[in-house]
Amino acid sequence: MTAIPTNRTAIDSPTPAVTSDRELPRRNYLNAAYGLRSWLLTRDHKRIAILYLISVTTFFFLGGFFALLIRLELLTPEGDLVGPDTYNKLFTMHGIVMVFFFLIPAIPAVLGNFLVPLMIGAKDLAFPKINLGSWYVYNLGAAFTLWSIVHGGVDTGWTFYTPFSTTYSNTYVISAALGIFITGFSSIMTGLNFIVTIHRLRAPGMTWFRMPLFLWSMYATSLIMVLGTPVIAITLVMVAAERVLHLGLFDPAYGGDPILFQHLFWFYSHPAVYIMILPAMGIESELIAAFARRQVVGYKVVAFASVAIAVLGFLVWGHHMFVTGQSMYAATVFSVLSMVVAIPSAVKVFNWTATLYEGSISWSTPMLYALGFIGLFTIGGLTGVMLATLGFDVHVHDTYFIVAHFHYIMVGGTIMAYLGGMHYWWPKITGRLYPQFLSRLAALLIFVGFNLTFFPQFILGYLGMPRRYWSYPPEFQVLNVLSTAGASILGVGYVIPMCYFLWSMRYGKKAGANPWGAVGLEWETESPPPTANFDVTPVVTHGPYEYGPRPALAAKEAGVV
Amino acid sequence: MSSHHSALAHHFDSLEQQREASTFGMWVFLVTEIMFFGGLFTAYVVYRLQYQAAFAEASNSLLTWAGSVNTVVLICSSLTMAMAVRSAQVDKRKAIVVFLLLTILLGGVFLGIKAFEYYSEFKEHHYPGANFQFEGADPQHAEMFFSIYFCMTGLHALHMIIGMSLLGVLLVQSWKGRFNSQYHNPLECMGLYWHFVDIVWIFLLPLLYLFGANLHHGG
Repeated sequence: MTAIPTNRTAIDSPTPAVTSDRELPRRNYLNAAYGLRSWLLTRDHKRIAILYLISVTTFFFLGGFFALLIRLELLTPEGDLVGPDTYNKLFTMHGIVMVFFFLIPAIPAVLGNFLVPLMIGAKDLAFPKINLGSWYVYNLGAAFTLWSIVHGGVDTGWTFYTPFSTTYSNTYVISAALGIFITGFSSIMTGLNFIVTIHRLRAPGMTWFRMPLFLWSMYATSLIMVLGTPVIAITLVMVAAERVLHLGLFDPAYGGDPILFQHLFWFYSHPAVYIMILPAMGIESELIAAFARRQVVGYKVVAFASVAIAVLGFLVWGHHMFVTGQSMYAATVFSVLSMVVAIPSAVKVFNWTATLYEGSISWSTPMLYALGFIGLFTIGGLTGVMLATLGFDVHVHDTYFIVAHFHYIMVGGTIMAYLGGMHYWWPKITGRLYPQFLSRLAALLIFVGFNLTFFPQFILGYLGMPRRYWSYPPEFQVLNVLSTAGASILGVGYVIPMCYFLWSMRYGKKAGANPWGAVGLEWETESPPPTANFDVTPVVTHGPYEYGPRPALAAKEAGVV
Repeated sequence: MSSHHSALAHHFDSLEQQREASTFGMWVFLVTEIMFFGGLFTAYVVYRLQYQAAFAEASNSLLTWAGSVNTVVLICSSLTMAMAVRSAQVDKRKAIVVFLLLTILLGGVFLGIKAFEYYSEFKEHHYPGANFQFEGADPQHAEMFFSIYFCMTGLHALHMIIGMSLLGVLLVQSWKGRFNSQYHNPLECMGLYWHFVDIVWIFLLPLLYLFGANLHHGG
């Protein structure tokens, strides 16, 4: 194959590669250069997205492995598989790996990285070197955290509550905290890059209100990354410094206040939930529009709802601390503000549902994930309103009700949308299609497995089973067995896409530039796109979801008028 | 044509767009820095409200003259930094080099005085830990003050050291004539960073050094 030019300068030449609809473009970002070096030193946002994809997928399966052990232990009431100390380490490492090394970076760093420049018609992100640097920073942080896992783990819970983490725990807290500290900077770098890119690199005609909703949600997410992450960074530095130097900042023996840690921790870690869910909502808007063939209803409202969620998200952290003895006044305010966040979230759900109305719906795999997302996110969100209610929260605080609630948001919301997005843009990323039947089956398995795993946990929590225990009274066994059974189905559901995605990279049918017939700048370039994204900088003349007239609805509306 | 300037990265249309992007990026970075210091400022506020008297006593034991001299030094270094950027805008290569050198020197003076302060505090056992000693009504909470004092000034000093290293790099590049009226945004961004570090100190001086004296007279 000598026909493939490896000369980088050739990419900028004005003559586009000649491709028929179903041929891979002769020159694209994947074959622009070969060799490990060309990947590890790349500044192409699309290649960096692939690097991130490899990293976060690795951590997803590592975190999943810990989850598997947790569910196996909870199959029986007795603590028979692992001891209590090991169990503490298992749920801690499951939480740390999944939250900081998968959920937070997954959508922004993989799909966001790939799509932000493509969707606004730019050649790259504003700071390509910082973008590549962020991947190395992520891996450096991951190395520190892996170091503590390999040396025996951490047992503080992913929340690192003081004074246990600063004074009493004899596990590898410092290296784990340092790992999260370092990885935080990769998320700051990504957020900063997106904000500047969206402000400064939009193609001619790409006004703010012509941007796809995915970009609005990435922008809102970036705001949280930039404003919140430094706070967790300095907080974890304080924890590490306290362990080493005995500063007493959070130690009552020195007049320090452990509750201060919780305030600082949740000031970031509650908005971090929105770092996970906002990108998912962005994907959701894209999928619903593309597979209902309609403009998202209330585009501006959905766009501003993202920003509203980002802003309000910073004002609700106290709802994690209802039982810490904070003042009744503070608790009431946090309770009300937490319910206020439900408004923009509900606006989105209603608008997605309204978009489906009279839409021309196709049941492609990404759409199955999108519909699953609406249902699961609604359950997660509504139980969130329940938990924002002071009286109810005190009853179920630190029970499996909480565990079920946030898994409905993080797994049912974020991972469903992430997988939906991967299935939607995979043909763009690789230029290949995956098997349709198998992928629909996997989507179904994940939906069923997920609900079987986590719905029983709502009941368990309501009945009073506390979280973070390695054994439980025998009357809880039936529901726990259901949950473990569901987890195995879920596990299978996650492995199948992994297999057919890998398979499709070589054997999948060629996708062509726009396999879904979707609108959006990313579908106007080839699949996979050339290194510079567009042969000619696009000029945008219309809004993001112009899916042509829908005769049936138009007639109906005309009849009403 | 500016589009063929050697400093123009491939994904920008013009030097102007590139300059806007990097300056804007720097501002966003400074926002993250405010939040980063914000955690320590929060801890300071919480504990000062709880242990007002002990904090005032501990604050009075700091070398106020050193903090004040350092403030002047740092403000002067901000001036020389601004002059360096200005020199680039008017194409005076030698002046850029001189002003950057002055900025680094003043930064060094600041760190020298800071080191002297740390030294005298160590001599008096005013550092948190097993050897902490403080002759006051409430040594336990005075120790908390010193914990926060060392965290805040230490983090600030770390920012100074990072800034001075970056200034060193820019110094070499200026010497080689990389910056001129057409292209000088690394200098501009460096200036923003340096002024930010200066401003953090402007907040630290009254919070750590001055507030104790004020309270002392009151009660």
